[in-house]
Amino acid sequence: MKAVRFLGMPKPGQGRGWVISGPFLWFLVFFLVPFLVVVKISLSTAEIAIPPYAPLFTLSDDGTISLALHLGNFQYIFSDPEYVLAYLSSLRYAAGTALITLLIGYPVAYGIATSRPGIRPALLMLVVMPFWTSFLIRVYAWIGILKPNGLINNFLMWLGVIHQPLEILNNQFSIFVGMVYAYLPFMILPLYACLEKLDHSLLEAASDLGARPFRAFLSITLPLSLPGIIAGSLLVFIPAVGEYIIPTLLGGPSTLTIGTVLWNEFFNNHDWPVASTVAVALIVLLVGPLMLLQHFQAKEETR
Amino acid sequence: MLIASNDRFQPWLDPTATPQLRIENVVKTFDDFTAVDDVSLNIYRGEFFSLLGGSGCGKTTLLRMMAGFATPDKGRIFIEDTDLVPLPPYERPLNMMFQSYALFPHMTVEKNIAFGLKRDGMPKDEIAERVAKVLDLVQLSQFAARKPSQLSGGQRQRVALARSLVKRPKVLLLDEPLSALDKKLREATQYELVTIQQQVGITFIMVTHDQEEAMTMSTRIAVMDKGKLVQLGTPAEIYEYPQNRFVAGFIGSVNMFDGPLRENHADYAVVDCPAWGGPIEVGRGIGYGLGHLTTLAVRPEKIQLAKLDQPFAPVNRATARVKDMAYLGNSYVYHVVLESGQVLKVTTPNMGLAPEQQMRRDEEVQIGWDPSACIVVEP
Repeated sequence: MKAVRFLGMPKPGQGRGWVISGPFLWFLVFFLVPFLVVVKISLSTAEIAIPPYAPLFTLSDDGTISLALHLGNFQYIFSDPEYVLAYLSSLRYAAGTALITLLIGYPVAYGIATSRPGIRPALLMLVVMPFWTSFLIRVYAWIGILKPNGLINNFLMWLGVIHQPLEILNNQFSIFVGMVYAYLPFMILPLYACLEKLDHSLLEAASDLGARPFRAFLSITLPLSLPGIIAGSLLVFIPAVGEYIIPTLLGGPSTLTIGTVLWNEFFNNHDWPVASTVAVALIVLLVGPLMLLQHFQAKEETR
Repeated sequence: MLIASNDRFQPWLDPTATPQLRIENVVKTFDDFTAVDDVSLNIYRGEFFSLLGGSGCGKTTLLRMMAGFATPDKGRIFIEDTDLVPLPPYERPLNMMFQSYALFPHMTVEKNIAFGLKRDGMPKDEIAERVAKVLDLVQLSQFAARKPSQLSGGQRQRVALARSLVKRPKVLLLDEPLSALDKKLREATQYELVTIQQQVGITFIMVTHDQEEAMTMSTRIAVMDKGKLVQLGTPAEIYEYPQNRFVAGFIGSVNMFDGPLRENHADYAVVDCPAWGGPIEVGRGIGYGLGHLTTLAVRPEKIQLAKLDQPFAPVNRATARVKDMAYLGNSYVYHVVLESGQVLKVTTPNMGLAPEQQMRRDEEVQIGWDPSACIVVEP
């Protein structure tokens, strides 16, 4: 049977290019172009001017255009231990956050995925609910909870468990609390999506073949939810590396992360080129390994 | 009543034989729906036993209770002398082949099959040996390293079979094992499955909705309807002597007549059937009193048709009009209308008759059958 096609209607498959071009253009205009601008600035030197950096191209009186690429910024940030330490500490916070959200998020996602279908939307709603309040307010709320005369300390002292307030604000602990709290939904949702699709008959088959429930979980559920684990970890890890607000608000003044370093260079030192270099280096450090990972995954799948 | 049978083994006829699997008065309800209603069955070692019925008849629920994925509300299930009901699935000495096959997608064929043996803590070299043997049995040796997604439907089906056989269970449960295959492959696999069952000597219990499949493969069939066991017997018993309307209609097709019993003798009986337009003679005595409303059933292939001018011998005969006919290649299907208006289905083999000998639409024909072709069923 032949489908009737009216004049002006696209051929099947012709519309696909148009559909893809939308997100592609968005990506081009709002990510790639700004990123190239940042790359450009990173190859420049700081000046007291508007904008506060030297132009890459200069046109001299005799008509020659000279291009000055200044690579010193990259050399600078990798030779200065402060930047290297900031990168390492950011990676550590991000990795720790991803790990803790995984450990908390997996059981939650599993619980939702195995609950009665009727109550799943309500449970998912609870996971997403915090997004209804401003992120900033929620992080501020943690200060109220964690500070020396805050909710937790007052409660524990009232109970008589402690006599001195615990130092749980302005240190690593509070940064992890804030980051785990903020990023948990990004771990739970992809894990849930993965676990919910899991064919229950596979677990029955494992049980039938002699696997106790925990063994079946290790052999079947866990490996089959690996895509969800990877997706959730990336969704948490990537934004967590560049996180600025949580370390600043909950980590106290001495916190060294890539986000705070960037902020300092940009707003306090007005050194746009170094700030841009920090940003570009972060992207290269993050995107490089991710692309490798994806490359190997794609290879694995086609094999 | 029994059909004179060939030399196939029939342990259920031997009063000294003990059944391998005993299902005793099992009841299972879901909310207000009774899925399995007081079913009792004895299944013997080496049988290829089929649970047959339409969807929702409780056959799958009954199988899942044997496997341990559902718990009976009442009743008990024994394998030899072990009560299965308190045992979790992973401790039961039987294995199941799932309708969806439930192959582990992240494991190779070899690892899928070895999974159950590993759980038993079997030494590695012994596992490899057992896996190789069973792969050979299902003719998949060269596919050992493939993932399930790289196999065809038929190959996956055999991996599922191998995986459930490799532990050498006392009983193998098969949930619609052939339903995902296309028709040609399904027919070939029916015979293959029976051959494999005879080679390994394990009791097979199969759930199916396909009566032809059950007939071809089984030693005995339990027909279920609305959670109840309606008839238990060999394929021939169930086909030739369906006990009630449901079984008669479910297994093959059937024409039915109702009427009061007029005469009853030791070796024949006569029933008045208004729809037929007169008495029908039945080839044996009926266990009812005279005047009892009796239901008779005749299979379409046991009815004969003839042109009006042809000699026609059957005891029960009448004239009818051909309303519709269909050519099926190996046979013809006729719908003929009796004077009463009742439509009968008749099938005749394609014997390559000359065109002038063939029945035509709207032609008046003779129709009839012998008393022995007629059976009495419960309403």
